[in-house]
Amino acid sequence: MTNFPLLSTLIWLPILGSVVLLLIGHRSVMTVKWLAMIISIVSLLLCVPLWCGFDTSTASYQFTEFASWIPSYNINYALGVDGISILMVALTTLTTFVILLASWNSNQHNIAQFFATFLLAQGMMIGVFAATDTILFYLFWEAMLIPVYLNLGMWGKEHRVAASIKYFIYTFTGSALMLIAILYLGYNAKSFEMTDLWTLKISHDLQDLIFIAFALAFIVKIPMWPFHTWLPDVHSESPSGGSVVVAALMLKLGVYGFLRFNLPITPDISSFLIWGMIILSLIAIVYIGIIAIVQTDMKRLIAYSSIAHMGFAVLGAFMIYIIIANTGNAQIAYLSLEGALMQMFSHSFSTGALFIGVALLSDRLNSSMIKDYSGLAHKLPLFAVLMMIFALSNVGLPGTSGFVGEFMIILSSFKANFWVTFIAASTLVIGASYTLWMYKRVFFGQVTSEKVQNIRPLYKTETASLVILAILVLFFGVYPEPLLSVSHTSVANLLAQALAVKTI
Amino acid sequence: MLNFSLISSEIFLLAMTCIVLLADLFIPQRKHMITYALTQLTLVGAIIITVCLYCVPNIVAFSGLYIHDTLGSVLKISIYAVSIFVFIYSRDFFRQNDMTGGEPYLLGLFSILGMSILVSAYNFMTLYLGLELMSLPIYALVSFRRSSQMSTEAGMKYFVLGALASGILLYGMSMIYGATGSLQIDQICTAIGALNQPHALILIFGLVFVVAGLAFKLGVVPFHMWVPDVYTGAPNAATLFIAVAPKIAAFGMIIRIIVEGTGSLQIQWQELFIVMAILSMLLGNIVAIAQTNIKRMFAYSTIAHGGYLLLGFAAGNALGYSSALFYTIAYAVMSLGGFGLMTLLSQKGASIESIDDLRGLHTRNPWLAFMMLLLLFSMAGIPPTVGFFAKLGLLQALISADLTWLAILAMIFACIGVFYYLRVIKVMYFDSALDNKSFVLSWDVKLAISLNGLVILYFGLFPSALIILCRGVFGLV
Repeated sequence: MTNFPLLSTLIWLPILGSVVLLLIGHRSVMTVKWLAMIISIVSLLLCVPLWCGFDTSTASYQFTEFASWIPSYNINYALGVDGISILMVALTTLTTFVILLASWNSNQHNIAQFFATFLLAQGMMIGVFAATDTILFYLFWEAMLIPVYLNLGMWGKEHRVAASIKYFIYTFTGSALMLIAILYLGYNAKSFEMTDLWTLKISHDLQDLIFIAFALAFIVKIPMWPFHTWLPDVHSESPSGGSVVVAALMLKLGVYGFLRFNLPITPDISSFLIWGMIILSLIAIVYIGIIAIVQTDMKRLIAYSSIAHMGFAVLGAFMIYIIIANTGNAQIAYLSLEGALMQMFSHSFSTGALFIGVALLSDRLNSSMIKDYSGLAHKLPLFAVLMMIFALSNVGLPGTSGFVGEFMIILSSFKANFWVTFIAASTLVIGASYTLWMYKRVFFGQVTSEKVQNIRPLYKTETASLVILAILVLFFGVYPEPLLSVSHTSVANLLAQALAVKTI
Repeated sequence: MLNFSLISSEIFLLAMTCIVLLADLFIPQRKHMITYALTQLTLVGAIIITVCLYCVPNIVAFSGLYIHDTLGSVLKISIYAVSIFVFIYSRDFFRQNDMTGGEPYLLGLFSILGMSILVSAYNFMTLYLGLELMSLPIYALVSFRRSSQMSTEAGMKYFVLGALASGILLYGMSMIYGATGSLQIDQICTAIGALNQPHALILIFGLVFVVAGLAFKLGVVPFHMWVPDVYTGAPNAATLFIAVAPKIAAFGMIIRIIVEGTGSLQIQWQELFIVMAILSMLLGNIVAIAQTNIKRMFAYSTIAHGGYLLLGFAAGNALGYSSALFYTIAYAVMSLGGFGLMTLLSQKGASIESIDDLRGLHTRNPWLAFMMLLLLFSMAGIPPTVGFFAKLGLLQALISADLTWLAILAMIFACIGVFYYLRVIKVMYFDSALDNKSFVLSWDVKLAISLNGLVILYFGLFPSALIILCRGVFGLV
């Protein structure tokens, strides 16, 4: 069992499975649905041996697989997970499962192709998280655009075409320079292995340039101000499910990229860049948060709220430099970095669930505008309770998973810089206002519209998907220890890499 | 030394072409399938002969007129192989558009013979002969539809400009001959090296003229003006023909003349190639955005791809040339599929001209649409397709040659280019079809187009074999 290629299975099972789905086509809708579900359940189950067999005492890559792929270019098919990526792998399989569950009853045309895009995206996403060869990483990173682009363009709403092309061009252009940076580093290191790039010594000026090349890709993907404009469009035009993939998984790729490339490869960047990143994160938290308040479309509102939350994760990642400079205490920096990881993990649950909820509503009323809803709590009480949990997690209330990450970041950055913390902590107010105000307008009050009066109750599968997420939000809010202990050694190693001097 | 076995593939090709020519006189027009079958047989035979000769060591034969080397063999095999596909895709088009009889096949075969001579020529004389033998039948092929104004105009334009370019090339060759006293590639190379002033003005002049002629044949800026007009005006099958195999031959020609012949003038031509590459990528990618005619759009995309190909020469090292070879082969397969689909979909007089003619292809024929999707993503350089590794190799070569700025520029232009490929995908997948008439394709055409698309996917996932082959040609391990 130890030699079983677990990661390869996790990557290729959904991809090959989607090929089978496409071949079956629309001959039998039920076969397609069940097959997709079985594939996703099997991948979820495969995460169990991955999780159980994971050795938390080492920061090196585990479950490694290695095959020479393109020997002439030194490019290998190298996979492995550490404490950070194992979380993301598990998250990806879980989210896809929940998406399929929530879309079980959706009446999309070409359901086989619809489900196939999700499975393709799942396989490629796991590929991104599991790749330890940077070219392989880039390959999955770009290939993933294709299923998401098709999903958005084929099943999206009215303005889907513009949104899908905007999405594709934005993210492709963002990562263009990343490829050059990877090739440049690989040429100098004579290897494309991620860990080999970490040990590379680069001159100070060059580190700044390489940092920018990588950061552009990740800033667009996260997205951060001023490159965030694609996200609200994509979300408001996405089919149900599609926006969950983007929000719960794709945005994480950006932060993951920062943790994998920017921090360990270019730790000696000038303070100008560090402050630049921190200011961008603060803009995301405050300015984007304020924009979220005035949104009239629920999907756009949640989209802006995800930008704000991801800003928090980036803040946690880059505060480590300020913390070390001002206090010299690596323990606090560690707390901040781990907070970033928690923030990125928990954000998937709450935002993913909110998007699922809105998608369920817009499937029913064919609208995601806040003004079309009122008094839903009278009609769908259970749904209202579940959404309340996610809304509170989005606000960052203690007891929900949204609290853990934000609290760790605020706590640690407080020791380093009061004003940064002060501005960042305003999210507690801003986040509460946009989330709860939306909640109030949609769920409370009197049922005014005919459509809401006759709204179709939730299907069991839809309820189940939300219940699963609600349990996770509450569980990790009360007891985040499993996540912390898995990632502990890897985060400590990452911090050591990020604080090492790597100039020539 | 007269070693006829070395040129047996050319001899076979010539003999068979003559047989087809004669046979065609006696075959009634409605039985043109016999001509078609003979043509395909000829190409398959030529491939087999070339493969058998592949392991014969590199040798210069016929008093320095001809060279047998792995580069020539690889290029020849690619030319023959893509031509087989070209004829499969064109067959129905020829039949439905009054291009019956054996002429299109014969013209094609003669042109292929020319390409074959061109890539193995080791002397300016044979090189020029091969070039003209390649070009003349193509002029006829472009203007084949005598009744169509567009077609004759395109043919005329191509002929006049092509003749001019050949003249310029010949003029440049004569200057190089004047400076070095030789027409043979390797002797030119040694002669330039031995010159007291290696940068003699006449040599530079000759070089510039030669490069201009080559750039015309490849269709790169600023010698690109004929490309969009000829591609649009020519019948789809002729466009398919000129878009594929001649590009491979043009690559071979650049390697022979520039890299092997005037290698010691690298500093001079490297700059020329850098400028042409940047201009082509810029103009090709930006102007393609504005096109509504799909053939014209692909024509500008060809210009852009020509620019990318030149990046390999701009890098000026073996890594660059091998990446350019990889790019050439990959691009030939991509444009084979792209223009091939245009030809296939132009059925019963309903020619595919505008991008909107592809509307809703996804519902009309999902498989063809998927093949087109692969081709377009590959042209855009998005993994997991061969186009990605083609670009990757070039970028790597540029970085190894300390031209990282050029690599960045190439990547930026690639981002611009993504837009118009995406637009075609959008039309195929996101728009609804105007009519639901499905396409009737025979089994061999279906097989060919599937093979074409899957090759792109296969080499996008397992490019190693092709990369090793291309590197081996230039002596890299």
